Parts: sequence; C-alpha cells; structure tokens
Amino acid sequence: MLKLLFHTELSLGLAQAVVVAITAILVAILASRRGAPMQREIPLALLRGLVQILLIGFLLAVLLRGPWWTALPLLVGMILMAANIVRRRAREIPETYTLSLICLAAGAGVVIAVMTLLGIITPDIRMLVPVGSMVIAQNMNIQSLFLNRFLGELRSHTGEIESALALGASTDTAVSPYLRAAFHASLIPATDNLRSLGIVWIPGIMAGMILSGSSPVYAALYQFVILSMIFTAGGLSCLTATYLVPRRVFTHNQQLRIRG
Amino acid sequence: MKLPAVECAQLTRTVSVAGSARALVQDITFQLERGLVLAILGPSGAGKTSLLRMLNRLDEPTSGTVLLDGQDYRPIPPQELRRHMGMVMQRPYLFPGTVAFNIQYGPAQRGVSLSQLQTDTLLEQVGLANYGSQDARTLSGGESQRVAIARALANDPEVLLLDEPTSALDDVSKQAVESLLSSLVHARHLTCVWVTHDRAQARRVADLAVLLEAGRQVAFGQPETLKELIDA
Repeated sequence: MLKLLFHTELSLGLAQAVVVAITAILVAILASRRGAPMQREIPLALLRGLVQILLIGFLLAVLLRGPWWTALPLLVGMILMAANIVRRRAREIPETYTLSLICLAAGAGVVIAVMTLLGIITPDIRMLVPVGSMVIAQNMNIQSLFLNRFLGELRSHTGEIESALALGASTDTAVSPYLRAAFHASLIPATDNLRSLGIVWIPGIMAGMILSGSSPVYAALYQFVILSMIFTAGGLSCLTATYLVPRRVFTHNQQLRIRG
Repeated sequence: MKLPAVECAQLTRTVSVAGSARALVQDITFQLERGLVLAILGPSGAGKTSLLRMLNRLDEPTSGTVLLDGQDYRPIPPQELRRHMGMVMQRPYLFPGTVAFNIQYGPAQRGVSLSQLQTDTLLEQVGLANYGSQDARTLSGGESQRVAIARALANDPEVLLLDEPTSALDDVSKQAVESLLSSLVHARHLTCVWVTHDRAQARRVADLAVLLEAGRQVAFGQPETLKELIDA
C-alpha cells in the first residue's frame, strides 16, 4: 500500500520507518497502562535509533569508497559507544565504563580481529562494518544482561554473600554462584538463537546474501558463522567480567559495596 | 596484666546520606574479657547491628578501632579475622545443598576438610543429629538457625558474634536456641557479643551490657546494675 503513495526509495523508507515507529509507540502506551512505564523511554529510543542509523547510512555511503582500514575507527567508535550504553545498566558498579570497555574489547574486539586474521571476515569495509557491528551490538546486549542480572543477584542474595564472607570465604567464592547465574542468563538469548536457527527464524543477513546472489547454502553457513561469533564474543566478554566484577563490588577490605 | 579479648576504642562509623554525614555508631568504647558474654542493647536503629558488623569487619569503621588481645585488628587479613570472629546473623541464610555442606563450608575455605565424625558431632551439639544429608531448604526456621550456629562453630572461632539470633523465631524455638547458644558459649569458653533488643534476654544470657541510643553508648556495665537504665 505504501508503495502506491511513495514512489522514491528514500520517501518509501521514511514512510515505513514512521509506520513501524507508531506501532512500537502504541505498544509502549499499552505497556504503560499495564504498569510498565515505557511511554517516555521507547519514543526516545526509537528517535535516537533512527537518527543514528541514518547517520551511519550516510557515513557508510562515504566510507564504502575508501580502503578497508577505514572500518577500524568506525568499529572502535562502536565499541566505545556500546561500553557507554552498558554503563547505564549498571551505574552502581564503580568504574563501569572501563569495565564494559575492557569486556567488549575482550569479546567483540578479539573475535572481530581474530576472525579477520583467519579470513572468516573478509578484510573489506563492506563486510567488516556490518558484520562487526552485529557482533558488537549483540555483545553489548549480552554484557548489559550480565551486569543487570548480577546486580539483581547481589541485591537479593546480600545475606548469603555476607554469610559466606563471615565464614572466611574469599570475595570470589562468595559471589561465584551469582556470577555463574548471571553468566548463564546473559547467554540464553544467544544460545536460543543458535538453537532455533533455521527452525524458528531465518536471520536477515542470510536473506540479504540470498537476495544479493549468494548461494543459499553458503548464506546459511555464513549465518551460522555470525551467530557463533556473537556467542563467542558474548561468552568471552562475560568471562572477562567474572574476573573483573568482584574487585569492583567489594572494598579492598572485602566488604560488599552494593547491598540489597 | 590480662588483656581483654575484645576492646572497642572510640569505634565510629559514619555514612553519607543525601550528601550529609550521618553517624550510625559513634565513639563506642568497651572492654570484654575472654569467656564473657556482652549484650548490645538498644531500640531499633540504635546502631546495634552496625556495631556488630564492624567487629568482624563486614563494615569499615570511619574512625577508632577494635583491639583483639591488645592488637589492632586492622592489619589482620579480613578472611583470617572473620574465621576467628564467628558470626550468626538474624536470619540463617543457609547455602543451597545439604546440611553437611553448610557445616563444612567455613573450614573448606581455608582448605580444611571437616570429617564426617566432626560434622556429626557439631550437628549433635546443636540437637540436629542425623540431619547431615538433609537438604538445607527443607528445614524449619529454628532448625536452620541451629545449622547456622553449628556452621559458625565449625570454624572454631574464639569470639562469637550473634546478631539477634532468636528474633526471627517462634517462642518455642526462641527459648531452645537461646539455651543452646548459652550452653555452647560456656562449654567452649567463647567470648561472645550478643545483639538483642530483648532486655530480659540480655539479663539472662549476658555478663555485661552496652546500651546504645541513636548510635551513642549510653551505658556499659553488668546488666543488673544497668537494670533501671535498660528498663527505662
């Protein structure tokens, strides 16, 4: 129907964006009426997402003409921004930005670098930027889930953690069950994506590759590669966090900073 | 000269609330000799638990310190300090697993494996013989608190810190746990700091009492001599 009203690619794209944004806002209003206050957060997130993706679209239009290494500052910038978004989910943890940055670099950063060196990601800006951004974005979500869940566990198990400390446990031992719970919970979406691949959903990149002329079998294999990279990056970043987080939630005298 | 087992020297803890400093506990000073029981009394919010938590350094004093056998406790590594200062909290907070796992938890932290016999003996002492293999989640409140007591004793502490250990229990369990604690403390010659809001309990169990009000030490002495002040 929209195609009848909008004849250029740009105007059609804008119209499609407005329609889906309105749908999302309606859902946010309905959710707010059910007691989940989202009416402010969702429109802002939609607007922000639209502006950012348009900016990156324009930037890519320029960068795609350049050499492969122009992707590097873009990917580094994405990791810096992702760390800032993760920080907001766990403000109570001291130095969360540094923590998130190290974890994302250890996860998405290492995976993108190694996969590029191995030739799994072609060192071409057309490949590096979209694939790299997918890995970074999903890693960011996994990292946010990890820290958010861990904070929740800390608050609801303060008594158990301090009981363990009072019995002479180290800080690492006292929080290890809750780090494990956060680690497991944060990787559930990535694990379920791998588990349901091809059965429940056919991801966009596979559809895109088929549309651009790749063999469906290669497209399917590459989709699996990307989801595996996302899982690996998420796992690595959360694993790094399990080592770094205890130092931040306890004082140097092994006292819990964040209590329920 | 015999040094007191636990000595508080102007112990103070201040926290920042909405940008301004608030003293939870201020200038607490007392001496407690080995083998004696000290009750910390006071109304809700008087700073009883805050004081107790500083004794095993779950919280950090802002100023002042604690002396153990005459030695400042600050250079002692917290893990080692906490092993010597066993603590039983108001709620037992048992770990998931069996009762035996809970009993063996403390010694395991320093690489000591408590034998089956040692575990059974501790459980017997708290009146829970043959409970070792039971899932800790299936216990009643009174049973859980007994496990928490045995768990603290498994570390063989010299000082036992009790944070209102009977306040979350029903009347029957309350009396039983109080008697159990009193007998264990005397049998093991433990130095004990017992937080309670129950004045009658303080008179029953303690040799000495500290009375707190709004974080300040109002009185220190034998419960009987402080009777009028405590009852006021």
